[in-house]
Amino acid sequence: MYEEIKPPNKLTLGLKELWEYRELFYFFTWRDIKVKYKQTILGVVWAILQPFLLMVVFTMFFDIGLNIPCDNIPYPIFVFSGLMLWGIFSSGLSGAAQSMVTNANIIKKIYFPRLIIPISSILVALFDFIMAFLVFIGMLIYFHIDVNPMIIIYLPISIVITLLTTFGLGTLIAALNVKFRDFRYVIPFIIQMMFFITPVIYPVTVIKHEWAKPLFALNPMVGAIELLRCTMTGHIVIWQYELTSLATAVALFLFGLYYFRKTEYYFADLA
Amino acid sequence: MKPILEIHNISKIYRIMSGQGPYLNLRDLIASTFGFGNKPNSTRWGRSKTQTEDFYALSNVSFDVNEGDAVGIVGSNGAGKSTLLKVISKITPPSYGKIIVRGRVASLLEVGTGFHAELTGRENIFLNGSILGMKRKEILAKFEEIVDFSGVEKFIDTPIKHYSSGMQLRLAFAVAAFLEPEILLIDEVLAVGDVEFQKKCLGKMDEVHRSGRTVLFVSHNMSAVKTLCQKCICISDGKLVEYGLSEEVVSNYLKMTNTEKSELILSDDEEVVGDNVAVLRSAKAIDEDHNPVQGIYIHKKIGIEFTYEVLESGYNPIPNIYVYKATGECAFTTSESNNPLFKQKGVIKTTLWIPENLLNIGMYNVGIALSTFSPEKVHFFLQDALVFETLEDLSLRNVDYNNPLPGVVKPILKWESEKIESETL
Repeated sequence: MYEEIKPPNKLTLGLKELWEYRELFYFFTWRDIKVKYKQTILGVVWAILQPFLLMVVFTMFFDIGLNIPCDNIPYPIFVFSGLMLWGIFSSGLSGAAQSMVTNANIIKKIYFPRLIIPISSILVALFDFIMAFLVFIGMLIYFHIDVNPMIIIYLPISIVITLLTTFGLGTLIAALNVKFRDFRYVIPFIIQMMFFITPVIYPVTVIKHEWAKPLFALNPMVGAIELLRCTMTGHIVIWQYELTSLATAVALFLFGLYYFRKTEYYFADLA
Repeated sequence: MKPILEIHNISKIYRIMSGQGPYLNLRDLIASTFGFGNKPNSTRWGRSKTQTEDFYALSNVSFDVNEGDAVGIVGSNGAGKSTLLKVISKITPPSYGKIIVRGRVASLLEVGTGFHAELTGRENIFLNGSILGMKRKEILAKFEEIVDFSGVEKFIDTPIKHYSSGMQLRLAFAVAAFLEPEILLIDEVLAVGDVEFQKKCLGKMDEVHRSGRTVLFVSHNMSAVKTLCQKCICISDGKLVEYGLSEEVVSNYLKMTNTEKSELILSDDEEVVGDNVAVLRSAKAIDEDHNPVQGIYIHKKIGIEFTYEVLESGYNPIPNIYVYKATGECAFTTSESNNPLFKQKGVIKTTLWIPENLLNIGMYNVGIALSTFSPEKVHFFLQDALVFETLEDLSLRNVDYNNPLPGVVKPILKWESEKIESETL
């Protein structure tokens, strides 16, 4: 084995190193899931209960109360499909953004590729998604929903768009948070604002102005949620909007990765 | 063969921003960017030119380590020892220079890195092991041994928040003990834990080294450095001062620090230690030849010499001395007997001789006081006036046991043994 340690000058992806440390992904994710549900009576059931309760509340308010249009599918199905993907984004983003600071004691004492930490936080959110998805399958059966078989392709694309977005913003804010602790307070605002501009509780059809639609699609979560819903509502997928969402997601991903890799050398000094 | 570790001209610079924490505040950045901050000469990034200062935590350090060597690193607090280990273990990058590493490095800068209170002992072994760089397979293979070594079998499935701190420490060290890197970096892990635990750690580290692996060991425990490492590096103010045989480097280091910690001189313009009756002037730890020392062998006598000035007569101030272990417990206190000399004005030099073969090895703090006992009045009491370290010449031990022994004192006592019954056939 031969290795040189030098002042950082060139930017690499460090994929080989990530692969060498691949077991750490598993251990960090496993730790976070364990700790999250430790000393709770319901345990992992919470992963299901959280979106489920939200669905119940939203159904009562927006469907029964306000009678919001929901693309001709039962509102619980409509909102739950959105909440599942939104859950990856919101809990993944807040987890990843805080992760470098919460793990500061480890970062200061041992070396491993720093990217493992925010990625593991996002994997925890993905775990919760899988739990929620099991419930979703049950709901599809209960409401007798006809699902387009294209879901086998569309769902993974939706998840990839969501993960790229979460990763991009998550690593970016994680790196900024190490340097500027203000971001701790910014995260809840970002999540809340994103929630309003994402069609979780309302359908995209509420956007009436033609000029606003492409702008709306700049939010990658719009593309992700809409693509999944198309398999149930029977809407035609508008690929130009989907590509817009994907492009934003990829751009966020690359920018987050770049900024994180560029600044990670000094995390141990600043954390 | 090429050295396993080559360190070429390593420097590590920290930029210090006065009046600020290590991380920036977004408000300051925004404020200075838009020019309405209260820092008139600040630059675009919220740092002003006059406020930043470069601090060389390491400056131009070069040395090689050969495979199988155990190298001690000594130096006073803040000299750069830990920074050096952090740079070698890639936690923080060097500012200049280059390090060539020919082997797998594991660093043990603290015991139990990543331990989580909510997880059980078993879970923490896996978590901590993998953070330290062990593969899952390796941990599984050594799991029984690790648990055995830690001595917490009974509680292995209990969350470690219910463990005593000693148990946590033992578990943490047990995991680290089974690391098998080619190069092991250890920072001051022995500073924590009781003597029993330290003994176990030292034993294990010796074993690691004997198995042909390379060890870099930072410690303030000079006797541990000397027993464990043949070679030693001395760092002062970020610079490498000496690299050679431990025996020489340690003794030179102790000589160098002599004047720093073992001697206290209070000039008039500094804060006055004392009241209107008497003030402390100076103090130092000395050897039998009256030379100031910081480290001294326990088989030699140790002197505490101090001078003070009596400003007012009419009192009966008696010098007294408190000796503390570095852990804070008081080893003993002692006072001078009455002397008509003490009642008069003037400067007095007084020396306490701690006899040979009384103290154990370790760091001791000396508190110096001057009190009138009747009516009771303390004229001065400087609790951490001096620090000295006691060392043991292991060749003088009368039994073949080379590890540190517990106890505040280590007197030579009289033993009597005789045969009172012969073995009958």
